[in-house]
Amino acid sequence: MPESTSNKYSRVSSRVDSIPSSGIRRFFDLIASSDDIISLGVGEPDFITPWNIREAAIYSIERGHTHYTSNSGTLDLRREISKYLKERAGVLYDPASEVLVTVGVSEGLDLAIRTTTEIGDEILVPQPAFVAYEPIVHMAGGKFVGIDTSMENKFVPAITELESKVTDKTRAILINNPNNPTGAVINKKVLFEIADFVLANDLIVIADEIYDRLVYGDKDAFIHFASIPGMLERTVTLNGFSKSYAMTGWRVGYAVGPEEILAGMTKLHQYTMMSAPTVAQHAAKEALSNGDSSVNEMLEAYSMRRRLLLNGLNNIGLECIEPDGAFYAFPSIEVTGLSSESFAEQLLVEEKVAVVPGNVFGPSGEGFIRCCYAASVADIKEALVRIGRFVDKHKSDR
Amino acid sequence: MEEILRILEKNCRTDPSEISELTGLEEKDVRDLISKAEEDKLILSYKAQIDWGKLGDGPVLAIIEVKIAPQRDVGFDAIAMRIARFPEVKSMHLVSGDYDLAAQVEGKNMYDISNFVTNTLSTIDAVQGTSTRFVLKRYKEEGTLIGGDDMAEGRLPVSF
Repeated sequence: MPESTSNKYSRVSSRVDSIPSSGIRRFFDLIASSDDIISLGVGEPDFITPWNIREAAIYSIERGHTHYTSNSGTLDLRREISKYLKERAGVLYDPASEVLVTVGVSEGLDLAIRTTTEIGDEILVPQPAFVAYEPIVHMAGGKFVGIDTSMENKFVPAITELESKVTDKTRAILINNPNNPTGAVINKKVLFEIADFVLANDLIVIADEIYDRLVYGDKDAFIHFASIPGMLERTVTLNGFSKSYAMTGWRVGYAVGPEEILAGMTKLHQYTMMSAPTVAQHAAKEALSNGDSSVNEMLEAYSMRRRLLLNGLNNIGLECIEPDGAFYAFPSIEVTGLSSESFAEQLLVEEKVAVVPGNVFGPSGEGFIRCCYAASVADIKEALVRIGRFVDKHKSDR
Repeated sequence: MEEILRILEKNCRTDPSEISELTGLEEKDVRDLISKAEEDKLILSYKAQIDWGKLGDGPVLAIIEVKIAPQRDVGFDAIAMRIARFPEVKSMHLVSGDYDLAAQVEGKNMYDISNFVTNTLSTIDAVQGTSTRFVLKRYKEEGTLIGGDDMAEGRLPVSF
């Protein structure tokens, strides 16, 4: 037996080792060990997957659909995805070569970044942004270039900011619209400006549109990036079923985009995932075919809770932009003088309410917290009472 | 208005101040709209849905199909309303198919219901025939599952 070399070499690769471990591990351990907390810290619907979707999955198991599917996913589902995007975005994707069913957007994101990124390539990412973006870019050998946004700009990236960060190494821009954690929806004017910027710098766009159905107020406020003239051939769109159809645990999503990029992504997918879970694909097909009324029903509920939370936060004195999409509010906690982490940790300890500190989403998230309104009305009301008490106390502490 | 009605349909005890918070309408306007809906009989009633089985045997329920002879000028309506007014009849619909009316009838026990069918319902002139099916078990009523509600348990307290 060879002698142990564990003292000499780490058994974890330097690339993995260099991913910074979450600085707020302690906070999450604290949550895990707390009972009876009200959590506004979740990133998923509180609804259970609608019954017709669950039933379709059960039926598929009864019928014995327990084998691998084609690497790209069942043709039925790819056709439905293509139809959905034609109807909603007015863009055409060939189900045979331009649609890939993935294991959630998480996998799609990893595939898209790894497929398009050379070692040292720079990827522009408006922040605050979803926590997985940076490590995924890093693991692909790319360089993550955060673009700060601010509450003054309603968390929408400024073109001047993008222009100041672009170099000849810039490969792509990764846009999450509607945004997690801010709930911001990028308006048409800015999206078209981004499109011009993309063309001028010959970039690829990775559009994470997982919250596309969760838009409040003006339904036309959200625009699929690929539908902007000239963007179809350079945009990989990532989407899935987790948020709109309350299907987080099913792990199914999709990527659509130019055939060349999709072929590369499919190659990676083939050797890492083989195919997305078959039962989840059957469920996803039902979601697209017959899920609209459920989506609308959930949307109405979110819309009411959003109003409740937003008014409550503003009344407490935690200033908040009106989030037009997703199911998050992202209030400033400046009045308390606390850092995001201290706020979240002390709120948990003193009032047993869990929220996510904004700094986990990037430096421009510091001074904010993410509150999810995919929670019951009773929980939101009680959380507001507790947060109000907490803020009053800490305001007077200053 | 529809938003308010949907909230009340799910939970009629939601108070106007909460409805105001949820919809963004002024509380006074919510109260006015609800009063109007009550006056217009848009809101028919507010009541608790009770699982009587939990207290013991509970009432017996039967679904009774009724064949009736339509009458000149009023069609099925006059006779249908005559039957529907009996307090034993909990709900009733005019339906397509072999029979005309489908009534849900409730009684303390089987004899109550058979008494209602043989002595009351069947003796009405326009009633040409009935077919009674006793309910053996209730699974869902008015959109509510009985004893099998789905609970959104198992969500992680924090996720991104």
